[in-house]
Amino acid sequence: MATGTDRPWGLRESYLFDRHVIAEIQRAAREGIYDIRGFGAKRHVPHFDDLLFLGASVSRYPLEGYRERCGTDVVLGTRFAKKPLALDIPVTIAGMSFGALSAPAKEALGRGASEVGTSTTTGDGGMTPEEREHSETLVYQLLPSRYGMNPDDLRKADAIEVVVGQGAKPGGGGMLLGHKISDRVAEMRDLPQGIDQRSASRHPDWTGPDDLEIKIQELREITDWEKPVFVKVGATRTYYDVQLAVKAGADVVVVDGMQGGTAATQDVFIEHVGIPTLPATRLAVDALEELGMHRQVQLVVSGGIRSGADVAKALALGADACSVGTAALIALGDNSPELDDEYRKLGSAAGFYDDYQAGLDPAGISTQDDELAARFDPELGGRRLANFLRVLTLEAQTLARACGKSHVHNLEPEDLVALTLEAAAMARVPLAGTDWIPGSNGAA
Amino acid sequence: MTAVAAREAAVEVVDLESSTLRELNQRLHDLTREPGPTGWRVLNPNGAHAVACGIDAEAEVEIEGHVGYYCAGMNKRATVLVRGNAGPGLAENMISGLVLVQGNASQSAGASGRGGLLVIQGDASSRCGISMKGIDIVVGGSVGHMCAFMAQTGRLVVCGDALDALGDSIYEARLYVRGSVAGLGADCVEKELRPEHLDELAALLARAGVAAAPADFRRYGSARQLYNFHVDHAGSY
Repeated sequence: MATGTDRPWGLRESYLFDRHVIAEIQRAAREGIYDIRGFGAKRHVPHFDDLLFLGASVSRYPLEGYRERCGTDVVLGTRFAKKPLALDIPVTIAGMSFGALSAPAKEALGRGASEVGTSTTTGDGGMTPEEREHSETLVYQLLPSRYGMNPDDLRKADAIEVVVGQGAKPGGGGMLLGHKISDRVAEMRDLPQGIDQRSASRHPDWTGPDDLEIKIQELREITDWEKPVFVKVGATRTYYDVQLAVKAGADVVVVDGMQGGTAATQDVFIEHVGIPTLPATRLAVDALEELGMHRQVQLVVSGGIRSGADVAKALALGADACSVGTAALIALGDNSPELDDEYRKLGSAAGFYDDYQAGLDPAGISTQDDELAARFDPELGGRRLANFLRVLTLEAQTLARACGKSHVHNLEPEDLVALTLEAAAMARVPLAGTDWIPGSNGAA
Repeated sequence: MTAVAAREAAVEVVDLESSTLRELNQRLHDLTREPGPTGWRVLNPNGAHAVACGIDAEAEVEIEGHVGYYCAGMNKRATVLVRGNAGPGLAENMISGLVLVQGNASQSAGASGRGGLLVIQGDASSRCGISMKGIDIVVGGSVGHMCAFMAQTGRLVVCGDALDALGDSIYEARLYVRGSVAGLGADCVEKELRPEHLDELAALLARAGVAAAPADFRRYGSARQLYNFHVDHAGSY
């Protein structure tokens, strides 16, 4: 029988039916249910990698890399709150729930963020004492499920984030599968142990932007107008969502692109709903500028932020800060090569592991199993996360200095060019080597 | 001075035509940290939103008129009486205490409430008790559609009728309805009204000050068939 190696042209894999597609069809036929997984979108979409900085030249001069200061501080919530958040770096930790993550992992996120002077965020499931204790600045999420929501924790928080949606699943609710529901998680969520915990896709007591304005007023009244109120949206109709969030009274708008992570969502949702972070950033800034609210309402961008280059490019497009989730988990130890053997026992491998929903994480991060969670050292994890956040900041400063900026917020679209037509159109910066911005200057 | 007159004199009166909502709520919140009047009367609410929300004190607040959204939101320990109608999100996420509305309540009354007693002497609109997490709600009249949607724990008593999709995707909350039910939501079924339920219902009605016979009610709750996703139930979602 002929094999691929017998033929000089080899075996030809179908573009449409590649090995992953075939495997998914076979899995669906076998199991009769859609694939639920964690992580974020894995498909290729235009991203910050498709942009480049121009750097200094004859007409621009750079700052000395190790001698001249390049500021990184940011203040979030300056519009209405009595106590805005003053952060040392423009990178925060995105909302991730206790339930999806183990208690030691949540503690590590707080430790790491606090070490470098930034904030971390609760998630669906409420605030744990460990998280509050180890987070110098903690943002408390108000989600549709209202799991764990109470006024005491609301007052303990440093800011409130009204979650309308997230990038991995705009328009979708959540699901914490029963095998991750420990006694403690069940108690915090007021549900029996071991059952699937669904999180609603809509808030129970408001619908639409007019209601949201009144809801924000209530939250401000309950907390005596002290806390900044963030509104988080998954990136879809970003231009309108941002304007409506501002109109509703948000101090800060968080825009989460489709590459944003999740603990458990249908693969079809992760890969096929929402728009990438790159165009969402541009649309959000457009919306704020049109309202005359750019820099008055701060913009936090998340969804696939991995490096200081991503941070610097998002800031150059007009964001005030970025938020990291998946990258933070990787910094803690997720997908570590040292655990490759154990990932393989679960049918995965280091670098590919995305079964956060299963609760079997050998790294002890996305689990509620006490033995697995005990493997994770929150102090070490916190130090690793702090290191990672420092590197993001140093990289962003390096790029800003190269562009002659004494603060990372002085980066601007004029510092950027695009490598692809798509990125040029989405970010609205010129295609490299041209002055062409497709769709903007009449040349397209 | 008689005892009644003395009590009246001790009541702090706040007129929202001359004071701001912020001033009222701040004074009520200050009770958590420092002693102050326990009796409060709020005049001219005129449909204001977020009236008396976020209280954490043994205060008694009487509101003379209609209120807008989120009256007594996240209430803790206080007694809040509304002599009028209430807008959406009445006593949302209430923790403890008593909230009593003499008129009707708009949608999402008692949403995600975790404790305490909410009494609506008139009717309640749609989504009453949505996502409830331990609160007790007694409605003297009827309720709209989708009430007790995803209700987790706590009890909802409806002395009148309930519209469509009562208890859709309900968890462990217990629902009692005296009148007709237009339709039950996914995984919500009628259950036997056993003696312990009659006792529970009698106590709830007594606390709410509602004269009704427990035996006239029917009980509804979760069939627990959708607690763990199974593809065979896909048509139920």
